[in-house]
Amino acid sequence: MHLQWIDYAIIGLYCVFVLGVGFTLKKSMRTSMDFFLSGRRIPAWITGLAFISANLGALEVMGMAANGAKYGMLTTHFYWLGAIPAMIFVGLCMMPFYYGSRARSVPEYLRLRFDEKTRAFNAMTFAIMTILASGINLYAMALVFKLMLGWSIHATILLSAVVVLIYTFLGGLTSSIYNEVLQFFLIVFGILPLAVVSVTYAGGWRGLAARMPPGFTHMWSNLGHASANPMGVDWFQMIAGLGFVLSFGYWCTDFLVIQRALAARDMAAAQKTPLIAAIPKMFIPFLVIVPGMAAWVLLPKAAFLVQGQVSYNMALPLLLAHYYPPGMLGVGITALLASFMSGMAGNVTAFNTVWTYDIYQSYIRPAASDAHYLAMGRIATVSGVLLSIFAAYVTLSFNNIMDYLQLIFSFVNAPLFATFLLGMFWKRTTANGAFYGLASGTGAAALHYFATLHGWFFYRSEMAANFDRAIYAWGVCFVVTIVVSLFTRPRPEAELGGLVYSLTKRQSYGHLSVLRRPATLAIAVGVIVIALNWIFR
Amino acid sequence: MNDSETGLDIRWPIGLLFLAMGVAVGIYGIFSANRTDLWGLQINLNLWWGIIMTAFGLGMIWGGARAGRRPS
Repeated sequence: MHLQWIDYAIIGLYCVFVLGVGFTLKKSMRTSMDFFLSGRRIPAWITGLAFISANLGALEVMGMAANGAKYGMLTTHFYWLGAIPAMIFVGLCMMPFYYGSRARSVPEYLRLRFDEKTRAFNAMTFAIMTILASGINLYAMALVFKLMLGWSIHATILLSAVVVLIYTFLGGLTSSIYNEVLQFFLIVFGILPLAVVSVTYAGGWRGLAARMPPGFTHMWSNLGHASANPMGVDWFQMIAGLGFVLSFGYWCTDFLVIQRALAARDMAAAQKTPLIAAIPKMFIPFLVIVPGMAAWVLLPKAAFLVQGQVSYNMALPLLLAHYYPPGMLGVGITALLASFMSGMAGNVTAFNTVWTYDIYQSYIRPAASDAHYLAMGRIATVSGVLLSIFAAYVTLSFNNIMDYLQLIFSFVNAPLFATFLLGMFWKRTTANGAFYGLASGTGAAALHYFATLHGWFFYRSEMAANFDRAIYAWGVCFVVTIVVSLFTRPRPEAELGGLVYSLTKRQSYGHLSVLRRPATLAIAVGVIVIALNWIFR
Repeated sequence: MNDSETGLDIRWPIGLLFLAMGVAVGIYGIFSANRTDLWGLQINLNLWWGIIMTAFGLGMIWGGARAGRRPS
């Protein structure tokens, strides 16, 4: 497939605008707080869309379309069970502690609540995870453009990394957030017509259901036993593994998304950030999963063979190439580029903050000037991009890139959610309890992974193994944290105000109208997601 | 976030980008022969989506301009 001049013109326009945003914002980056947290002054609708867009990277767009082709509507569990409930929870229950404690990062909250060693553990694992995710994102993008357009992998990695580097280097988190909002609209406008066209060609929803394997258009009816569905998981693994541990572990503790809420202008905006994000998030399955299903129906099966193996990662690009004329193809390619760049920029800005605040300022150079930390943030941005490029080259080929990401989450995020849950809602949790719990949970995930690798545990799919690993990791962390806490001395209650639920004054929104309160938004989101689960049961 | 804080209302770049893309794709659609068969109709996808993107871009610009006139 070859692009026409109009397609290149649209891609060029996009690059000019994202770089322009970075250059325009450069002059407003005066302090480290401006660079890392946007001066905490961004309105909720912008942080909300950035919250969702930072998560809408290549792995999400391509991976979920691939899962749509591979698993059908079961994939929507990643949204309607595995995201929205956790987004409601983080907005209503956890944001008051993150934002109210004035912590600048998730690891910093751990220092305030527990101690240095727990913060250091989380900061290091997060830094590694975020660079890996950024590298996978970059690698996936280069591979797609190589297979789709014949572009050189090296040139694509370099070009997109340089664009992301320039706008994050110049405008910090604000530039990343602003571009994420722009990228969000580009992704929607670039892929929405494809969803309509592909489903229409597949014969509408009924035609799609008739041409897919039985059960592919339902999300709950085949979860009675792992053998009854293509994902190879049962209802318990789905609810406990994905719906609880992995989902809450990611949305409630991952600094990549939490950082967007910390940039909000006030507590109400911070609480509304994940709730506003939940609204488009609920409808993204119709944008990526349903076209993935349509790709399975419409495209010849040989199209999914990559080096002799079936891989659905190209489902969405193949549809783009097949159904978009020149012009629209440029819009579609730009949407893919935008998703890749927003994912990478999100990871890079989270990395530079954790590196500068939680590692460099804490352990390497504690008492430097603010200008020094601002400069270090820019150096960390360059280093983050270089490390992402390195990670892109060492990324191994997994059958499905989403499985790989779940593997990383099960190591890092799953146990972390137990630490936060206990830390925020049980005042007796001690620093040693948190640290040893977290270390044991991560160790349990590693142990489970190697046991599965050596055949000591059997699972019907990598996905099922990831879900179970998350449950083990969370369970071990939860139990060890409680046991160690009971045998160690807790911090005085006077030091825990604003950090623990029972010792924190409730936020009052009496001055806001009922419709503008976070709880009202949460109820509306909750009702819609229950309805979606019911409709596609 | 208003102009005085960052010098940029995000609605402006979004609006201008979509306006430029919409006009480019729409005009290209007028002069190209590509049609997509949807519901038995020969739809000029470039032209119609170009119009929709243009309208969205103008809406964003209007929102940005209105916010710019409002006292902070």
